Amino acid sequence: MPDPTPTPAANASSSTPHAATVEFDHVTKTYDPRAAKAGAPGAVNDLSLSIPAGRICVLVGPSGCGKTTSLKMVNRLIEPTKGRILLDGVDVATRDVTELRRGIGYVIQQTGLFPHQTIEDNVATVPRLLGWPKARQKERAQELLGVVGLDPSRYARRYPAQLSGGERQRVGVARALAADPPVMLMDEPFGAVDPIVRERLQNEFLRLQEQLAKTILFVTHDIDEAIKLGDVVAVFRDGGIVEQFAPPAEILAAPASEFVARFVGADRGLKRLSLTRVNDVELGHAPTARAGDGAADARERTRRNELPYLLLLDAEDRPIGWVDEARLPAEGQLGDRLVSATSPLLDRRTTLKDALSMLLDADVQIGVVVDRRGAYRGIITVEQIAGFTRETAREAQVRADAATG
Amino acid sequence: MGIIGDVIAWLTDPAHWTGPSGIPTRVAEHLAISLAALVIASLIALPIGLYVGHTRRGGQSAVNVANLARAIPSLALIGIAVPITVLVDPQVGFKVLPTLIAMIVLGIPPILINTYTGITEVDRDLTEAANGMGLTSRQVLTGVELPLAASVIMAGIGSAAVQIIATATLGAIFGFGGLGSYLVQGIAQNDDAMLFSGVVLVAALAVGAEAAFGFLGRALRPHEVDTATPALLEPSQPEGTPAVG
Ligand SMILES: Nc1ncnc2c1ncn2[C@@H]1O[C@H](COP(=O)(O)OP(=O)(O)OP(=O)(O)O)[C@@H](O)[C@H]1O
Ligand SMILES: [Mg+2]
Repeated sequence: MPDPTPTPAANASSSTPHAATVEFDHVTKTYDPRAAKAGAPGAVNDLSLSIPAGRICVLVGPSGCGKTTSLKMVNRLIEPTKGRILLDGVDVATRDVTELRRGIGYVIQQTGLFPHQTIEDNVATVPRLLGWPKARQKERAQELLGVVGLDPSRYARRYPAQLSGGERQRVGVARALAADPPVMLMDEPFGAVDPIVRERLQNEFLRLQEQLAKTILFVTHDIDEAIKLGDVVAVFRDGGIVEQFAPPAEILAAPASEFVARFVGADRGLKRLSLTRVNDVELGHAPTARAGDGAADARERTRRNELPYLLLLDAEDRPIGWVDEARLPAEGQLGDRLVSATSPLLDRRTTLKDALSMLLDADVQIGVVVDRRGAYRGIITVEQIAGFTRETAREAQVRADAATG
Repeated sequence: MGIIGDVIAWLTDPAHWTGPSGIPTRVAEHLAISLAALVIASLIALPIGLYVGHTRRGGQSAVNVANLARAIPSLALIGIAVPITVLVDPQVGFKVLPTLIAMIVLGIPPILINTYTGITEVDRDLTEAANGMGLTSRQVLTGVELPLAASVIMAGIGSAAVQIIATATLGAIFGFGGLGSYLVQGIAQNDDAMLFSGVVLVAALAVGAEAAFGFLGRALRPHEVDTATPALLEPSQPEGTPAVG
C-alpha cells in the first residue's frame, strides 16, 4: 500500500491533541465463515490503511464494497474476523466498548436521531451518558446547535420529526461532536439530502473541520464528494480492497488502475481543475495603462507585447476593459470610450474549473485576476490552464511511480 | 315492556346497589380479580417480550406459543386449571384460583406479542446509532426501545384487559363472585333482566378498560408521528420519556 502524502491543510500544524491516528492493520471481515472456506471473498479483505491525525479520510467505492463494514469495525459495531484497528496506536479490541464508542463521534445517513427526544436532548446524548452536570449538557447542546448553524432558541425544544432532512443531518453532526471526540465516523452523512443542501452542508463541514481538526473517516459513494472533502481518499472495490489511497489530486492525475480511472470518470481532468485555484497558477501579464495615461507610450508597449490588447485600469488599478491595439490613438490620453470588450474577473480563490467555464463564455478569452479590493493582479488564459494541468499530471505520475516502484 | 326497559329498571333499582350481591360489590370483585390477573400477566409477558424483542432471539417461537395459548377457549382453560388447583388447595381450588389462572394465561399473549412487535419495530438504524454512541444494551432498551414501543405495548395490555374482564365472568360458574354471578343466577332463576344487566355491566367494564388503555397509549405515543407544524406547537408538550442513562 503506497503511503499517501496528504496535502497539508491550512491547519496541519495546529492538529490538536483532540485528533488521533487511525490505523487498519491487515483487517479482514467475513460475515459468512462457511462461504469464506469455500473460497468466497469476505466483505473486507486484508485492509491496511493509515490515517494521519486531524485529517479527513474518505472511503469511496461502489455499493457493497465494504465501506460501512470498515467504518463499523472502528467503533466495534462489527468485530473484524482478522487483523487489528489501532486508535492512536491502541488496539480498539482491548478497549472497553462503551467507553471506546463514547469517544468516537458517529453520524449515519438515516441520522438515527431519537424521535422521542427534543433536539437538545438528542445532541446531549453522549454528555448525558458521561454524566456531565445538567446545566453543562444544556449549554453544550446549545453551543453545538449554533456551531452547525441552527438557532438554539428556535430548534432546541423541537422534535426530530419537526425538522427538514438537512436540519436533521446538522443535528446528527452536532450530536456526534457533543463530547468533542478525537475521531469521527461519518457514513454517507449527506447522502439523503438534495444536491443544493448537500453542497451547503459540505462547505459548512469543511469550514468546521478547519477549526476542529478531527480525524474523520467519511464514507460516500459519490466520487465528487470524496474529492471535495478528502485530505486523502481510499478508493475501494468489491471485497473491501483498496485500489488507491492518495490525496484527491493524485487520484485524479494518476489513477492507480483501470478500475480507479473508470470510477473517477472520464471527466477527471475537469475534476482536477475543480481542485486547483487560480491562486495556484503562475499568472501571466497583459499590457496595462490607467485611464488618463498618455496614449503614445501605451501604444508602444502594446505593440511590443504579443497580446493585441491593452487592459485599461481605473485610478485604483481596477480593470475597466480591453482596448484593441488597432484602436489605440497615436497621441492624447486614454479614456473609457476606447474600451471594446470586457472579460470575466476572477478572484484568486476561483477554481480553475469555474475559471475555464467563464473563459469559454467570454468575448475575450482572457481571465483577469483581481485581488480582494478588485485591483488587477494578472491574467490567466485557456492555454495556461491546459499547461498547468499537463505539468501537474506529469508530476503526480512521477510521485505515484516513485511510491509504488 | 321490552327487555331494554327491564334491564334499565333492574339497573336503576336501588335495591340492586347495596349489599354483598349489589352492583358496587360485584364490580369491585370483578375489577379486583381482573387487575390481579392483568398485573401477573404483565409481570410474565413484559420481560419475555422485552427480552426476545431486544435480542431478536427466539421471537418467532415465543409469538407462536403465545398464539397457541390464545386459541384455547377460556372455559376449557378453567376446566384444565381446576384439577391442578384442587391439588394445591381444595378450599381455594374451587373458587378463585382456576379462573385466575385462565385469566392470566389469556392475558399473556396480547401483551407478549405487542411488546415483542413494538420493540422489533423500532428502527434498526436507531438502535444501531444508539449502540454506536456508547449506550449500553440496557440503556438502548430502557431509553430508546421501550419509550418508542410504549404505545404499542399499552395497546397490548388494553386487549389483555378486555380478555381478562370477559373471562372473569366465567368465574361465577366456579363459585367466584364478580359480575358473572348475575349471569349465572339470571340463567338459573330465569331472570332475563338480571342476566342482561350482567352482560351490560361486563361490556361496559371492558369498553371502559379499552378506552382507558387507548388513552394511555396515545399519551405515550412518540413524537415521530406528531404532524403538528412547529409554529403551532406549544412548549408545554408532554415531556418525552425517561432520559437515557
Ligand atoms: N450483517 C451482514 N451480514 C452479512 N453480510 C453483510 C452484512 N452487512 C454487510 N454485508 C455484506 O458485506 C458487503 C459489504 O457491505 P457494506 O455495507 O460494508 O457495503 P458498503 O460499501 O457500505 O455499501 P453501500 O455503499 O451500499 O452502503 C456486502 O456485500 C454486503 O452484502
Ligand atoms: Mg454503506
